[in-house]
Amino acid sequence: MRQILELLERDAQLSHDTIATMTGLPVAQVSAAIAGWEASGAIRRYKAVVDWDAVDPDPTRETVTAFIDVSVAPARGVGFDDVATRIARFDEVRSVYLVSGSQDLRCTVTGPTIRAVSDFVSQKLSTIDRVRSTATHFVLKTYKRDGDAFDRPAEDHRLPVTP
Amino acid sequence: MRPLNATIAACPPSGIRKFFDIAAEMDDVISLGVGEPDFVTPWRVREAGIYALEHGYTTYTSNAGLPRLRELICADLAARYGADYDPGDECLITTGVSEGLDLALRVLLNAGDEVIVPEPCYVAYEPCVRFAGGVPVPVPTRGEDGFAVDAEVVRAAVTPRTKAVLLGSPANPTGAVQPRAVLEALVRLAEEHDLYLVSDEIYDRLTYTGAHTCLGTLPGARERTVVLGGFSKAHAMTGWRVGWICAPAAVAELCVRVHQYTMLCAPHVSQLAAVEALEHADADVAGMVADYDRRRRVFVKGLREIGLDCPEPGGAFYAFPSIRSSGLDSATFAERLLHEEHVAVVPGDVFGPSGQGHVRCSYATALPKLEEALVRMDRFLRRL
Repeated sequence: MRQILELLERDAQLSHDTIATMTGLPVAQVSAAIAGWEASGAIRRYKAVVDWDAVDPDPTRETVTAFIDVSVAPARGVGFDDVATRIARFDEVRSVYLVSGSQDLRCTVTGPTIRAVSDFVSQKLSTIDRVRSTATHFVLKTYKRDGDAFDRPAEDHRLPVTP
Repeated sequence: MRPLNATIAACPPSGIRKFFDIAAEMDDVISLGVGEPDFVTPWRVREAGIYALEHGYTTYTSNAGLPRLRELICADLAARYGADYDPGDECLITTGVSEGLDLALRVLLNAGDEVIVPEPCYVAYEPCVRFAGGVPVPVPTRGEDGFAVDAEVVRAAVTPRTKAVLLGSPANPTGAVQPRAVLEALVRLAEEHDLYLVSDEIYDRLTYTGAHTCLGTLPGARERTVVLGGFSKAHAMTGWRVGWICAPAAVAELCVRVHQYTMLCAPHVSQLAAVEALEHADADVAGMVADYDRRRRVFVKGLREIGLDCPEPGGAFYAFPSIRSSGLDSATFAERLLHEEHVAVVPGDVFGPSGQGHVRCSYATALPKLEEALVRMDRFLRRL
């Protein structure tokens, strides 16, 4: 059954029929399992992986991404959870992780301009209670994201017919 | 000019060539004619090759190949199949199974010795037997039997001149995996008539319906069996040209002797990449095998749905459907399909007379292309 999820994670557009053929499971069982995961929230949603750099540039729709490392003073009883949750609630924040190392939280923040992201960091993030410091790293170019490489598509160098 | 070598001049060029020439002219052709993985060599293996180049591993290796690679191959065969080969004198590294096959046949055969070759089979088997001075004796297998070899048919072909049986399992072009019972029957036959067995196991890891049997592990087989394997298929390393022979020391030693004079050694960089492949690429291989299996299931089901009878291919990455329902012979079917729908398949009779009425379709192609190929083939069949 886990195989179904692995297949969908790679290509959410596979039909239930195809998944059934690939796994050797009955279609009804595949459909029921997927419906179950959708209902329980194990499957959160389906989305496309977009390489924005490959889309025709439209300056009004540019997106800037930054990684923000946040140093937080932990609090008795909650550790980092309350601050992390509070940061995660902002729509500008795409991801939040508690990490080992010299900083505590690693966040991904997006915005329309460098200025907008900077303002968000200085006015919203840095001012949260117990946030001690932030370090902002703007993304200059994406090479790979979530397992998808964004360099030029692989070419097929094989001869068309071989023994 | 005086005539060239008669044996070689009499050997026809591979029937695959013609389709290559036509397909190469078209720009929207979906090729199911490719006998190699669509995956690129796993990055960690390529990276090991790059590292080897950077650090100047550009020299010869010993004739038999890197000791570390031979140790890994023998350990891998032991772990996977319970095989028992000594990396010291029973294993050598070749430039692909192609060279391994040539070496094995040259070492086993004297002029005029007969080699029984169940067909349809890989296109090089019969020419290589001839080049080694032998006489290929093709014996048929049938789609109705899933292309399983009938040991009695083989027995009927044995003569006092018979020296060996040459078999590929899993097989190109049929995808057939010979059942263990068939292999055991062949071993018994070989014992009765004192024959050698040459076992091409290049597709050993690409099996989907059951475990692979290494011929050299069957009781009575070891002393008379030459096992050929390599990295081209499962590790997607065709262009690196690296394979191996495992055989009893007396055979392996003579193989090294030919190899040392004709090839000297397999490419050093490729051997180092192969070391990485065996040490660290199992997960990569497992991922590719899982992908092949999914495509296999979808493609074979699709072939049957458009009305082609297709024996279940248990291994490799080929389906070998019957196209008899079309009323066309294999070559006409393949030619018309290519011209009319721009789908390249290989006519089955290229692989032996028993392949007539079949075409070889490789599913080492991305799923959307396989699905599009099925749509085109369906359209073609309806129009006939």
